[in-house]
Amino acid sequence: MTLELRGITKRFGPLVANDRISLTVNEGEILALLGENGAGKSTLMNVLYGLYQADEGEILLDGEPLKMAGPGDAMAAGIGMVHQHFMLVPVFTVAENVMLGNESTGFAGTLDLDAARQRVREISQRFGFDVDPDALVETLPVGVQQRVEIIKALSRDARVLVFDEPTAVLTPQETDELMEIMRQLRESGAAIVFISHKLREVRAIADRITVIRRGAVVGEASPTATNAELAALMVGRPVELTVHKEPAQPGPDAFVVEDLRVLDDTGHVHLDGIGFSIARGEVLGVAGVQGNGQTELTEAIMGLQRHVRGSIRLGDHELAGRTVRKVLDAGVGFIPEDRQVDGLVGEFTIAENLMLNRSHGKPFVSAGTVRRGFLEDFAQRKLDEYDVRASGIQARASQLSGGNQQKVVVARELSRDLSLLVAAQPTRGVDVGSIEFIHKQIVATRDSGVPVLLVSTELDEIVALSDRIMVLYRGQVVGIVPADTPRETLGLMMAGERPEGSAA
Amino acid sequence: MSTDLKTEPAPEPGRTQGRFDGVLREIVMGNTLVAVLSVVLAVVVGSLMILLTDETVRETAGYIGARPSDFLNAMWTAISDAYTALFNGAIYNTNVDGFETRIRPLTETLKYAGPLILAGLGVGLAFRAGLFNIGGRGQMLLAGAAAGWVGVGMDLPLALHLPLAVLAGALAGALWAGLAGFLKAQAGAHEVIVTIMLNYVGYYLVFYALSKQGLLQAPGSLNPKSQPMPESVILPKLLGDRFNLHAGFLLALAAVGVVWWLLNKSAMGFRFRAVGENPDAARASGIDVGRTYITVMLIAGGLVGLAGVNQILGTATSGVTVDLDAGIGFDAITVALLGRSRPLGILAAGLLFGALKAGSFSMAAAEGIPVEIVLVIQSLIVLFIAAPPLVRAIFRLPKEATA
Repeated sequence: MTLELRGITKRFGPLVANDRISLTVNEGEILALLGENGAGKSTLMNVLYGLYQADEGEILLDGEPLKMAGPGDAMAAGIGMVHQHFMLVPVFTVAENVMLGNESTGFAGTLDLDAARQRVREISQRFGFDVDPDALVETLPVGVQQRVEIIKALSRDARVLVFDEPTAVLTPQETDELMEIMRQLRESGAAIVFISHKLREVRAIADRITVIRRGAVVGEASPTATNAELAALMVGRPVELTVHKEPAQPGPDAFVVEDLRVLDDTGHVHLDGIGFSIARGEVLGVAGVQGNGQTELTEAIMGLQRHVRGSIRLGDHELAGRTVRKVLDAGVGFIPEDRQVDGLVGEFTIAENLMLNRSHGKPFVSAGTVRRGFLEDFAQRKLDEYDVRASGIQARASQLSGGNQQKVVVARELSRDLSLLVAAQPTRGVDVGSIEFIHKQIVATRDSGVPVLLVSTELDEIVALSDRIMVLYRGQVVGIVPADTPRETLGLMMAGERPEGSAA
Repeated sequence: MSTDLKTEPAPEPGRTQGRFDGVLREIVMGNTLVAVLSVVLAVVVGSLMILLTDETVRETAGYIGARPSDFLNAMWTAISDAYTALFNGAIYNTNVDGFETRIRPLTETLKYAGPLILAGLGVGLAFRAGLFNIGGRGQMLLAGAAAGWVGVGMDLPLALHLPLAVLAGALAGALWAGLAGFLKAQAGAHEVIVTIMLNYVGYYLVFYALSKQGLLQAPGSLNPKSQPMPESVILPKLLGDRFNLHAGFLLALAAVGVVWWLLNKSAMGFRFRAVGENPDAARASGIDVGRTYITVMLIAGGLVGLAGVNQILGTATSGVTVDLDAGIGFDAITVALLGRSRPLGILAAGLLFGALKAGSFSMAAAEGIPVEIVLVIQSLIVLFIAAPPLVRAIFRLPKEATA
């Protein structure tokens, strides 16, 4: 069995998301689709899954053209998809989720749940999954939920399986387990498309690698290629993959958090009495799988969380319970984890976004009026300094690519006198060129003597930038360890295992 | 790296950007072309209705096979007569003698436009901060009652009395709308629900005051109406006693200028717009979103309140009644929509609606065209503005480029 995409072109208005892309995947083979965020990988897979209609080109299964009007057709043709964001109903059981959309019914439309349970057990057994068909999906760990997605695809007899950025939400250990599952699936004869922008994973598992850049296939690579070669293909030029930084020269502790508890409106505890400190001129990396309290930590520091107990001290200032404005005035720079939600006003110009958190007085405002001339000079300078690629300072933020949007946020935050920088997912959805640039800026900020709190779910980024690493698990500190701690140890810590001899 | 300017093919999943999603945003703030074309479409549909209601057209349609020219002539006559009457009633009356009489309709248009602009600004300003102020009626009524109360209840010289009455009205409107802002900021109550309900509360509150001796009711009267306004609080006529145009229109022009400065130049307006476009980012940038909601509603209510003041102290000075808003509180929403929530746009839209209002009377008088036709045209304008894709399809405009 062979799946072939031939000359797929997909346009969104003037934007060509996929430009005559052709690729083939055979049974018993893992094809990796490598490309940066926004390169067009997901669009291509959505075309394959029938969610988008291609403007040109065709999809062939064993040489027969497929007509895809929707995901139903794709499933019928034996194409299954494991989405980046799981398409599961949290309050349904595993069996109910697996049968959803393909319900077998008995007399008078009663659901035949037993058949679904049986199917789940059968597939679980075949691949050695440990999945209880009657467990509620919302109670399962993320890695297991992903297996439910896989079971769901397999229960429709999928022979082609598409994994869309499947490791984004997994711990390193869960990632290893997933790779093992993918290998088993390959042995059983499935054709697998693995979409990722993580070089390490792609090299570890793929039989062949197809690289996509700006919507077009730019080359094929073998898994034996080096990281640097793959990155250069992906970006289109040689890339510096390692961050050059001198050893930290930590000063006295400047930022001290003690016994921090954060609850949400329903009383659910997100951070349970954590404590740590950061010295001047030091980067503390916060590692952990997404959703273990990182968001709440940064928001609590910024004054964006409502129920905060404990102490957050920056120098002589107590920040806990202060308004966002007071925290900003204390000299805290904030790169939020989702720039489009919390970082930028999309409809505002670049210039306006650069003064977003400084609309209360000098230097941008005098006598209640925005000093347009000053703002424009400032914006022009920052545009050049931070290499923001845009048509000008009057371009709207929503028109920029992710990397350039993030550079605007970074420029805004770093152009104030900082006494602390809080950077949450500073390079998520950012192109490799911009990642290099932003990393350099963070290191430079550290070197100027500012304590930096770096939160990232990319372990590579944490390891590259941090001087010490704190691992969060379920709202608690598992440990704070040196930056040269082995990845395996960090991985175990991210799963909640306390390492020997670490200081919590 | 030549074309680094690009849009993300698929927006990153997550919360919607800002308070308005794309469609809603386009309805309240979309581009001017769609607004203008919506007016054109509404006039076209309005014309069809004029034809359908015209008796000669219907008669000649009966023998259209025999004499099609009669039918066409009748159609032409009906349409051209209707719009001539509209023009005569709204701008320049060619049927009468003397420049002063001829230009009178234009001054009527300006008179009607004044409160529409004021209230439209109040609604439009709230839109820009992401709030729907549907409470124009209640705010106008409270403002009119407060201004009227100062008017009849105090005895002061004009230089003091008039400004005091105007201020009292604006303040009442501000507080009435500010209440909705306060409830939203403090308790998260949705401003649409609250302002709509405050319309009723305001209506019955004013009705009660007007029915109660010792409060607002004219002494010895049984009608729910106050005494007429004394001379000392009446807005001065701008062009002498022969014209009805009063200083309320100047108030409207001044308000356009102030709101323009507020939105486009001031730091406060910058925060209003930031909150309107993306409250999450505004909050993370240290802007107090709740306080912004309160402030913007206070100012918006003050503007709507001035429309109420304009009525009681300028246009309908015979006394406070519960009808003093004359539908302006709701028409203001249309004006703000048509004006794209921008001060100059609202000025233009207010003038257009003022002209339609002034002209509708002469259309009715001269041609027997029901006044309701104008109301239908106004409603159609809103309908077309609310359906930008429809307007685009009709005029074969390209889709709004995202980049």
